[in-house]
Amino acid sequence: MRGVTQREVEGACLELLRRASTRLPPDVKAALRRALRSERDPIARVNLEAVLENVEVAEREGLPLCQDTGLPLFYFRMRPSPELDPGKAAARAVRRATEEGILRPNTVHPLSRKNPGDNLGRGMPLVRFLPPDGEGMEITVMLKGAGAENVSRTAMLTPEEGVEGLREFAVRTVVEAGGKPCPPVIVGVGVGGTAEVSMELAKLALLRPLPRRHPEAPLRRLEGELEREINRRGSGPMGLGGRTTCLGVKVEYAHTHTASLPVSVNLQCWAARRASVRMEGGEWEWR
Amino acid sequence: MRRLSLPLGKEAGMLRAGDLVFLTGEVVTARDRAHLRMLELLSRGEELPVDLRGGVLYHCGPLVRREGKGWRVLSAGPTTTLRMDPLLPSLLPRLGVRAVVGKGGVGEKTKGVMRRMGCVYLAFPGGCGALAAKAVEEVRGVHWLDLGPPEAMWVLGVRGFGPLLVAVDSRGGDLYERARRGRVEGARG
Repeated sequence: MRGVTQREVEGACLELLRRASTRLPPDVKAALRRALRSERDPIARVNLEAVLENVEVAEREGLPLCQDTGLPLFYFRMRPSPELDPGKAAARAVRRATEEGILRPNTVHPLSRKNPGDNLGRGMPLVRFLPPDGEGMEITVMLKGAGAENVSRTAMLTPEEGVEGLREFAVRTVVEAGGKPCPPVIVGVGVGGTAEVSMELAKLALLRPLPRRHPEAPLRRLEGELEREINRRGSGPMGLGGRTTCLGVKVEYAHTHTASLPVSVNLQCWAARRASVRMEGGEWEWR
Repeated sequence: MRRLSLPLGKEAGMLRAGDLVFLTGEVVTARDRAHLRMLELLSRGEELPVDLRGGVLYHCGPLVRREGKGWRVLSAGPTTTLRMDPLLPSLLPRLGVRAVVGKGGVGEKTKGVMRRMGCVYLAFPGGCGALAAKAVEEVRGVHWLDLGPPEAMWVLGVRGFGPLLVAVDSRGGDLYERARRGRVEGARG
């Protein structure tokens, strides 16, 4: 890519990790403030007030919002470039961020549980490539904590179970997770494709800012219905009761086999840490 | 709202689900690996590096940074207790703790054991790591760093550590259960 060097990509990745770990995206903050205004339950209010105070302290002092800085996921939206190695840039940024105390050393061997101490290791960090959007490059970092990731579920429904089956499965997954994923959560639902594609879609759905609804009307309606149904159940902030169990539901889909209906649910905790930068023609726009 | 000093005595048993508590004193962190190691040592009749009688077991894997010869805690919110829950019925009585701090609550068997011990479960708001770190005055010790910093056992001096909600009290009161039963009033469906 003309104009962007390997060094700059690495620097951008490190800055994105710093921003994601210590600041909450404005749309999530606004949704949490709205949630506090709607809660009457004193226990729900204690939790949401603490969350908002935590956000303020973290931003003011440059401290990680949550000690579980999760696994960092990098999404690169770019044309292939022979001069750039985004995976290597991300790995070097992750090692630096771990040294700085921006990321907790979280990665371990899955069976021996040995921790290399630098958040790297086989398959780490997680890097995904998305189709380019114009000339520039866009990098997004999402920090995915284990509390929310551990309650992910996939169901291979039958086509006959249809949208009702999806609804029941998605609501049950969130309600049964209780306080584990640190509600109020953002709910990503991926439907269609194959088993693993549905989960990739559920995770991608979490990148969509909260106010942005699905562009297609039936899915937009489904998102709204799921959101209301989940919040009616009363699980509430931290699973300790209240009106706000989720801040939003985002659905993404792909076509699937005529005999299949894969549905996956991937949750993100209220500390929905994501940050993006768009680099085009020498201009860097941070989001 | 109550401000309590550690170690706790019988006053822990007087706390009721829904009470708001702030703690000052010493808390000890542990998560998955440290729980396994504690049980292993205790079953061999060996001593633990820290005496937890009357103390507080904090389910937390803090984010720390070395500063000079010591450590600074940068973020230290709770981790999910339910992962360690199967070990708690045999571990808690041997530790003699008066409170467990975490998130997500405990299972039925653990609840029964806590009731007999006069021990309560305190929920710290999940994800509020920066807020918790502000209450940490000093790192008094660290054990088992070979497990990696998140899984090690950190002895933390805290002041005004909270907000902590009494989520499970020693009479069987349980806010999580209440939330599971109760739907939002006026709700349909």
